Amino acid sequence: MKSVANNIAIRIRGLMTGFDDHIVHNNLDLDVYKGEILGVVGGSGSGKSVLLKAIIGLIVPRAGTIEVLDQDMSKISLEKQGEFGSRWGVLFQDGALFSSLTVGENIQVPIRENMKLSREIMDEVTFLKLSFVGLKPEVAFKYPSDLSGGMRKRAGLARALVLDPELLFLDEPTAGLDPIGAARFDALIRELKEALGLTVFLVTHDLDTLHAVCDRVAVLYDGRIVVAGPLKDVKRFDHPWVQDYFNGPRGRVLAD
Amino acid sequence: MTAVKPEIGLSGSAGKMALSLTGDWFISNAPRMDKCLKSTPSPAGKDVTIDASAITAFDTFGAWLIFRLLKQMEAGAKSVSVIKLNPQLQRLVKSMSAHDVSPPAKPIEVGFVEKRLKALGWLTAAMCSHYGQLFAFIGFVLVRSIKALRHPKQFRLTSLVFHLEEVGFNALFIVGLVSFLIGAVIVNQGAIQLRQFGAEIFTVDLLAISHLREMGVLLTAILIAGRSGSAFTAEIGSMKIREEVDALQVIGLNPVDVLVLPRLMALIFIMPILTFFADLMGILGGALMAWNMLDLSFEAFFTRFRDATLMTTFYIGMIKAPFFGAIIAINGCYEGLSVTGSAENVGQHTTRSVVQSIFMVIVLDALFAMFFTAVDW
Ligand SMILES: Nc1ncnc2c1ncn2[C@@H]1O[C@H](COP(=O)(O)OP(=O)(O)OP(=O)(O)O)[C@@H](O)[C@H]1O
Ligand SMILES: [Mg+2]
Repeated sequence: MKSVANNIAIRIRGLMTGFDDHIVHNNLDLDVYKGEILGVVGGSGSGKSVLLKAIIGLIVPRAGTIEVLDQDMSKISLEKQGEFGSRWGVLFQDGALFSSLTVGENIQVPIRENMKLSREIMDEVTFLKLSFVGLKPEVAFKYPSDLSGGMRKRAGLARALVLDPELLFLDEPTAGLDPIGAARFDALIRELKEALGLTVFLVTHDLDTLHAVCDRVAVLYDGRIVVAGPLKDVKRFDHPWVQDYFNGPRGRVLAD
Repeated sequence: MTAVKPEIGLSGSAGKMALSLTGDWFISNAPRMDKCLKSTPSPAGKDVTIDASAITAFDTFGAWLIFRLLKQMEAGAKSVSVIKLNPQLQRLVKSMSAHDVSPPAKPIEVGFVEKRLKALGWLTAAMCSHYGQLFAFIGFVLVRSIKALRHPKQFRLTSLVFHLEEVGFNALFIVGLVSFLIGAVIVNQGAIQLRQFGAEIFTVDLLAISHLREMGVLLTAILIAGRSGSAFTAEIGSMKIREEVDALQVIGLNPVDVLVLPRLMALIFIMPILTFFADLMGILGGALMAWNMLDLSFEAFFTRFRDATLMTTFYIGMIKAPFFGAIIAINGCYEGLSVTGSAENVGQHTTRSVVQSIFMVIVLDALFAMFFTAVDW
């Protein structure tokens, strides 16, 4: 049961999710192609984070199918799930660092789970990845509770990136970062994508990020993807919310 | 994915050195790559050519190590040229120079003895400051309580009722059950011992005095410390790490008024009631056991019980109850408010809250015993 088109990394069909009597997604279809950066936008509470969690298998859908790298997530075995741990990296909205480990140990968790490296090399990797996300190497010895919100976010990103996963899920990576850090993040993602061909599922409210890094943009509204495509097409899409979003007072900054 | 081992092939003639990189330069091959790098001889004064055409795959850490190799070569060689480097990899390697920072000094590791000594010192200091702060907290809570008594209208009644149900009504079952069993056990064990002297009937005195005076209230206090004291710490502690307590403060609400006083009042009010209930259930358990073991009818049991029990015995148990409640609530809330940082910290403080509460309840009980002996009750 391989997907027909093999250039699809994530294929979602007829997805329905909800909590108790609250339906979040209804009949949602979405494809994410291999090697692209897909930006997902939508209002607060529209279900972007829930969609991300459903894709990585943390929330069980009520209906519909989700295939990640040709694997039906509802039929995934435990071993396969473990293997996916090294093939994807996830940055949660609030970082989700393990509070009992130092930042360095947090970053090393995926390495320890998947391969055997000496301390020295692990430290070298840690410092490199911290530098990638714009943190000083000294941060490795601190505990998450000693960091600022933006620093935690960056450390979470370093943990997501540590194994250069082929699939990257990022939930609002630039929220809470200063503009310099955000711009640097944009450059980093772009660079990694170009060098390694990563596929990135990027939830964001940051119009600059959408503009700078996303190959395609998907708009989540009313439980469904109303439009998905290159930013310039999406901006012209005839839908009141989409028009408000991209052509409202804040959207105009992007006018090109 | 079958990985091809990365290698560095070496060849060269006088004044020249040629390196050829092959294989998968992946983080999973890091030990191998690192070894290759370390065993590459010094290029001192030679012209170095690096042929990267046979690199089959790479990731960022591989690129970093290639960057390191280049740096290592450039340090000694007359010239270094890289040929047939995949353009994507080349860009990645180039960008690595931005991340070439020297590793920081590790925090200093101290020796075993030194470490223990240091820990002991910290512990002592922490203990002193802990008790100091606890007493300061008690003082502050007293001040706020007096204020609340002066302005009873501002008191948070809804919150009080909620906690009364939580710590009182919901605890009835477990407190009753444990007291019932302990009452039965006291009679059972007492009867076995006293039977040797033919003094079984004094079992009733034993139960009356030990249960009403000590066991009933102590058991209740210990159960409530484990049940409600820990809950107080965990609730307030989680609010603390999510900055909810700070939010209260900036809105202009005093966290002690909002979080501590309702819990404190609830426990002070509910402990005597729970103790009374525990007394009843303990006696009931004892009576049933006496009937079963000693063939003592309920009538005979309660006649003896009335003769054996002074009202003061009962009062002593009851007087202690609100004090124990206060100790437990203050300890639980204080530990909750002292949580800082992480979720792990909530666990540590919860443990400490329970252990401290039980310890302080027992110390207080000993003080009460000395006091009541002194006043001849
Ligand atoms: N664990 C949960 N239990 C119940 N409802 C939930 C839960 N998680 C999310 N929801 C609901 O699902 C809806 C979508 O939430 P989600 O977190 O996906 O929003 P979002 O699009 O990520 O918003 P934001 O941009 O603010 O992060 C919301 O209405 C939320 O109330
Ligand atoms: Mg979200």
